[in-house]
Amino acid sequence: MLMTDTTGGNAALLNHVLRHGDRALVLAQRLGEWVAGSPELEEDMALANISLDLLGQARVLYTYAAELEGLGHDEDHFAYWRGPDQFRNPLIVEQPNGDFANTIARQFLHDAYAVAHWDALRLSSDETLAALAARAIKETSFHLRHSRGWLVRLGDGTDESHRRMQAGLDAMWPFAAELAALADENELRECGVVPDAGVRAAFETVVALAIGEATLTPPAPVEVATSGSGWDGTHSQHLVDLLDELQVLARAHRGASW
Amino acid sequence: MSPGWPLWEVFVRARRGVNHVHFGSVHAADSETALQAARDLFTRRQEGASIWVVRSTDVVASDPDDEGQLFGPAEGKDYRFSTDYKLPAEVDHM
Repeated sequence: MLMTDTTGGNAALLNHVLRHGDRALVLAQRLGEWVAGSPELEEDMALANISLDLLGQARVLYTYAAELEGLGHDEDHFAYWRGPDQFRNPLIVEQPNGDFANTIARQFLHDAYAVAHWDALRLSSDETLAALAARAIKETSFHLRHSRGWLVRLGDGTDESHRRMQAGLDAMWPFAAELAALADENELRECGVVPDAGVRAAFETVVALAIGEATLTPPAPVEVATSGSGWDGTHSQHLVDLLDELQVLARAHRGASW
Repeated sequence: MSPGWPLWEVFVRARRGVNHVHFGSVHAADSETALQAARDLFTRRQEGASIWVVRSTDVVASDPDDEGQLFGPAEGKDYRFSTDYKLPAEVDHM
């Protein structure tokens, strides 16, 4: 493993790993809320499957984070015993599900970013991240196929589905720019741990093509705020509520197992 | 249950070299979502190497009432089985 030589480098890598673990865990929790509530049983299964894939990614990342941190924590520590201000997920994944089109818009923007992210991370000089990326890119590509398919199907569907898909895209758009705008990982970039130079361009291209194919109107570009990013632990009440539910059992019955 | 989406029959080939076998059915809006749903439901444990989906309404089925005329005539025709034929002694095993 690289980056163990300096405390600074290790801290930057730990921060990166937690950002993506949190991204995956929070979205997994949101998608889980759809179970038994989606348009058809088959879609329940599809969303639950994606949720479980993301949960699996979060577990690997948290386990790696525990190793990097070196304080004897396990994966559960990061999921259950941190408060909202310690979560570093981008804001888009904590947004409420809304209607199905809203969920699809959120998922599509996330998946387009995640595919670009994992694709780049396959070349990471960090062996653990590269191995995870090689595995994650396969399932994430399928997630994108699913969410992109629905974006196009609803956008280029009936008047009602088009209206709802546009509304969903408009609602999620303000959170899209933050995804590929990590300004403070230069150190990790320079040493090849996070070789993400092309991620933003790849993300924007995939999004633009799909929006066009879906006959949707691209929302106006949004400036990324220079402070208050979810990646840095600034969150909305939505994450507080989500974590309340996610953590209540572990906190009410400390050490419980099944 | 609100099966507003049409039904699709799912055929899965477990590995290269064997036939697609009927696994079940899914509700889906179109062929692409039918393939995805079939993948989620029937190939979770590495059962599949290939999936076919066919609209259930496109499957033409035999009528159960025709069982007699369709399948009855095959009864008692032992000569259609290889076991009905005696091998010459000199062939030994086959």
